[in-house]
Amino acid sequence: MKNWWKSGTPWIWLTGGAVTISMIMVFGLILLILVRGFGTFWPHAIVETSYSLPGKESERVVGVLRRSESLAAGVIREAGIPLPEGQVVVTRHLIKAGNRDVTGRDFQYFLDDFLGEWHYPREMVMLERREWGDFFGMPLRLLEQGQVVVDGEGLWPEFQQRLKRSNSLFDEIRRIERGAIGNINFAMERVRLDRRRAELRGTLNAAVEADLQARMERLNADYAVLEQRLNSLYAEARRDSIVLRAASGQEITVRLADIVNAWQPNNMSIPAKLGTYVVNFFDFIFGYPREANTEGGIFPAIFGTVTMVLVMSIIVTPFGVLAAIYLREYARQGPLLKAIRISVYNLAGVPSIVFGVFGLGFFIYFLGGGIDRMFYPEALPAPTFGTPGLFWASLTLALLTLPVVIVSTEEGLARIPSTIRQGSLALGATKGETLWKVVVPLATPAMMTGLILAIARAAGEVAPLMLVGVVKLAPTLPIDSNFPFIHLERKIMHLGFHIYDVGFQSPHAEAAEQLVYATALILVLLIVMLNLTAITIRNRLREKYKSDSD
Amino acid sequence: MSVNTPDSHLGAGSLLPDAEQRQKLRKRRAMRDGLSRYGVGSSGIGVIVALTLIFVYLFYETLPMLAPVSMEQGQAYTVPTGETDGYSLHLTLDRYQEIGARFTSRGQIMFFDALSGERRETLQIPVPEGAEVTAFARSESRRSLFAYGFSDGSVLPLKVEYPQHFVDGQRHINPRLSFPLGEQPIRIGTDAGEPLVSLAIVEGRGGYIVAGGTVSGKIAMAMFTTTTNMMTGQVQVRRQDFSLPTLDAPVGQILLNDSLRNLFAIDRDGLLHSFDIVDRSNPSVIESIRLVAEGEMVTAAELLVGSRSLIIGGSDGSIRQWFLVRDEGGNTQRMTMIREFRAHQGAVTHIEPEYLRKGFLTGDSLGEVALHYATSSVTLKHLQLDEQAINRMAIGPADSLALVEAEGAGQIQVVEIRNPHPQTSISGLWGKVWYEGRDAPEYIWQSSSADDSFEAKLSLVPLSIGTLKAALFAMLLATPLAIMGAIYTAYFMSTPMRKIVKPSIELMEALPTVILGFLAGIWLAPYVENNLPILITGAVLFPLAILLSGLLWTRAPERIRNSVNAGWEAAMLVPVVLLTGWIVVSSSPWIEVAFFDGSMRQWLTDVGIPYDQRNALIVGLAMGFAVIPTIFSIAEDAVFNVPKHLTQGSLALGATPWQTVMGVVLLTASPGIFSAIMIGFGRAVGETMIVLMASGNSPIVNFNIFEGMRTLAANIAVELPETAVGSTHFRVLFLSALVLLFFTFILNTAAELVRQRLRKRYASL
Repeated sequence: MKNWWKSGTPWIWLTGGAVTISMIMVFGLILLILVRGFGTFWPHAIVETSYSLPGKESERVVGVLRRSESLAAGVIREAGIPLPEGQVVVTRHLIKAGNRDVTGRDFQYFLDDFLGEWHYPREMVMLERREWGDFFGMPLRLLEQGQVVVDGEGLWPEFQQRLKRSNSLFDEIRRIERGAIGNINFAMERVRLDRRRAELRGTLNAAVEADLQARMERLNADYAVLEQRLNSLYAEARRDSIVLRAASGQEITVRLADIVNAWQPNNMSIPAKLGTYVVNFFDFIFGYPREANTEGGIFPAIFGTVTMVLVMSIIVTPFGVLAAIYLREYARQGPLLKAIRISVYNLAGVPSIVFGVFGLGFFIYFLGGGIDRMFYPEALPAPTFGTPGLFWASLTLALLTLPVVIVSTEEGLARIPSTIRQGSLALGATKGETLWKVVVPLATPAMMTGLILAIARAAGEVAPLMLVGVVKLAPTLPIDSNFPFIHLERKIMHLGFHIYDVGFQSPHAEAAEQLVYATALILVLLIVMLNLTAITIRNRLREKYKSDSD
Repeated sequence: MSVNTPDSHLGAGSLLPDAEQRQKLRKRRAMRDGLSRYGVGSSGIGVIVALTLIFVYLFYETLPMLAPVSMEQGQAYTVPTGETDGYSLHLTLDRYQEIGARFTSRGQIMFFDALSGERRETLQIPVPEGAEVTAFARSESRRSLFAYGFSDGSVLPLKVEYPQHFVDGQRHINPRLSFPLGEQPIRIGTDAGEPLVSLAIVEGRGGYIVAGGTVSGKIAMAMFTTTTNMMTGQVQVRRQDFSLPTLDAPVGQILLNDSLRNLFAIDRDGLLHSFDIVDRSNPSVIESIRLVAEGEMVTAAELLVGSRSLIIGGSDGSIRQWFLVRDEGGNTQRMTMIREFRAHQGAVTHIEPEYLRKGFLTGDSLGEVALHYATSSVTLKHLQLDEQAINRMAIGPADSLALVEAEGAGQIQVVEIRNPHPQTSISGLWGKVWYEGRDAPEYIWQSSSADDSFEAKLSLVPLSIGTLKAALFAMLLATPLAIMGAIYTAYFMSTPMRKIVKPSIELMEALPTVILGFLAGIWLAPYVENNLPILITGAVLFPLAILLSGLLWTRAPERIRNSVNAGWEAAMLVPVVLLTGWIVVSSSPWIEVAFFDGSMRQWLTDVGIPYDQRNALIVGLAMGFAVIPTIFSIAEDAVFNVPKHLTQGSLALGATPWQTVMGVVLLTASPGIFSAIMIGFGRAVGETMIVLMASGNSPIVNFNIFEGMRTLAANIAVELPETAVGSTHFRVLFLSALVLLFFTFILNTAAELVRQRLRKRYASL
């Protein structure tokens, strides 16, 4: 024992333990995100039970078990709930009871000790609604224009048929509102700007005015047609409704137009649940957010993240690569260059928020303000580029990731054996030809690695984006069918910011929690994928040029 | 490779390019080479310049805070006089600083062009028959509320308005008077007829209060509440009279604050009598204190914007700031001298507060004007004018123009002021400051409030302390884990395992911090709050369990021990750690019951340790997690690259592996490990999202692990989008970004230099 202690072996075990703990933390974290994220889409069974606190009336509870946890009994006693003497641990269940509009609170903790027996009634329905969150209840009858159509037997198939109809109507409404009406609004705004521009230039005469007027009238006429169509669609969609009995015993009527999806999870087989799972997953990826982002999908956030990262790549790649080539191939090596190189590398360690501050001050207020005064005077005082937006977000991130690309490219250039260079020069090629035809192609994988690492970093960065262009809800996507198709000045949504915003700024934090886990999952998957790609490419590259240049 | 392609262009005659073609080709190639050289060069330099621009720009944005305050004499013109002469009671400027107004002792208000002195309209107030103006009162400048007091004891409150209209895009302002309590002068107090020598008026939430003092020391006060009839638009005035105790000496000046709680009367002996007028039926004297040295007099007194601070100018030239401070018992508020400003040579004759800031101008009997700022307790600038006693001054709402009227000379001097950021002195940003309404000098960050007369508290100390606190707790977790892990991974771990472990931990670095912050705030914080004992048990049990399993391993049968190669300890520990983790978690409630009366959270509160759910501990855990890979990766490289012959030599001489680690490996790699810690620290300092989400973001100054903090980075993220561009707050935020930039940059550069030297040393070993 004494010898064992003296030899220092315990320390080896302790250092080994540090590795183990770190690894368990990493994998535990990823596991947590995976389980919670993927669990979001599973149609969980609906529980029906009763809850009777001592001295209070028993109440019926219907909902989905979110999680259970054990607590010291003292914590519960402090809340004024009497527990038997001597009890140390209490188990409590967080149950999502939905029906926010009826009961006012959709998540509630229930102590295991006071819960009755758990049933899983097969008929129990869960409705995913467009407003007010989910609804749990027992279906009673189906109404058409207020008249009972089906009652009891055969209700569910008929309901699903009618839900399909109302959903397709709703899709068409959405299409008109987002697409056609959005385009008309865009065109109207353009007419307004054209008039203002003509005014500013002093070219506003009768002919121009008449032209503008005609355009406006055409748009108004188009709008009137669409509006009529919309109204009739809305009337159609409002036809059916369903009556359900909520946990409290109340009968609640829900319009089919307000329902996105409906399940009887207790009545579903495993394959059916899997099917629903896949549908839910796709709805999440390709859907639009609802209810202040706490429900629905995250498509605009994914789209915004990807667009921003792409624009950033277009900016950062050429500049990063050129700067690296300059530093490695053309600049005169010496103490000054060494200092510059260290500085550039160190910028990678500068807090990202500093880049955000720079982006806001220099890009947006200074450059953007200047661009607005020169090119968009007609829109002033409403800023076009003088306000946070896609382009500035991309540019800021490009600056932030520039060191990553430079470092990686330089590393790649350094790894190319000097013999290859000398061979090319000896054959009579100029320096430029050697560079562009021999060295740079060989270093392409390194550049790719740098770019992928830059993308991975950019996709996960949130702090600077909060200052330079990301918003909680963007009304339009940055790319659409209106000229010039890519709207660099538009504000975007972003996965990382979505997590922050929904997790911490939303009114229904608990309801949104699952959605945030799912969003985090998507983001983690995206980033892990990008990083693994980069690591693979780098390793392959290192194998390929494992040479005397090291 | 494609150099030979021009061959295809050759004519039929020869297979080789002729001289001219070769010449052309050579030229083109040279041109391309040059293009490449200069193209790459210019964009390379461009990128470097762009990156330098970050420094330059941040510095450029903070620079205006350092710009010196200037006060320059502009034009001077004769005081605009009307048909009936009289001396000036007050001067003001309108909000565009275009029109000056002079209130004369004959009840005339003369408007004039502020820059040229050209006369504009003159308005006359109704002076009661046979009475003269004996007193004048002004409310805070921004309210534009004044009152004339007459020899018959009556008072006429009035407001000056500057309605504007546009003709052909040109702004025209036609000043006019309005009388909030009616055009008829009002009698205040019960004794009619005694002339008022001093007067005060204030507009508060409850209405107007007017107070007047007489030579005999009497103070009369009345409160007026106005209600506007919805139907007719008629204004109804209700009044309520109060009587205050009589003073021993003639009343020199009365001041009222707009909370309608206090009345300050300064008598001719230099005593300040502070009255509590909350209980309107029974106003009482709280205290009477001497404001200036014995034998001296108070020659000027004015309330700063927000009417909390009293600036007192004495006949000895002293300028002091006083405000009410809660006394020891916490029951009564006592007038306390807060700070003293640079004294004038002559007696202070006039004090003019700024519109929306805590600055003020003072003038003395020898013609010197000085500009002070209360919060940063500095005298920013002084300017000697003609040696004439200064009578009245006005300062514009933009704080950039002042009018100074000297007594006797009959001239108004225009003074141009440039003073955009008076608050940002070194002591204002980094020192303890006694803010209005606080009990003592403190470090506070509170940049904005709903009230526009609010004193911005811009101390960077709470933010810096918060930043250090967060980074420190993160390092406390990360450093031991990462360094120990690095030593093991680089030196003891078997190669196949290292190939998995190293990339996994490095992958952690790419994990977006927003996810870590979210998990810390939403999952970890409530969990830890409910299971606090896991902190203690975890810190004790994990090392214990690891050591115990190490010890047991030596006792294990030879056969089992030989079947596992050295370097797999970490893998063997996985079940141990998992089991220990389970024990730690599930024992938590039992420990709470056994040692902490059932709830450790409550126990902490009872012991007197405040606990926030989102606190430094949570931030430390989450940020530690984020910093581990950074430190691990660099430290591991440093340890791994220690030349093998050194360690082999040590082992050959009979040292145990651990002795080799301590004596040789760590000694050689220590600079690398040191630079790893520095880079990790730099990352922890600048991390934004984790702190934003996992701490309460309250800017407090302490190192309690169970309370939150606000860091520089999180503060920028929270406040920058909402501040006004170019304001002091905006620039202070830029300054904090600059501080962050410099701090991390220096830290990283130092670390990089250390590493480079280390690399050189390894190469030479």
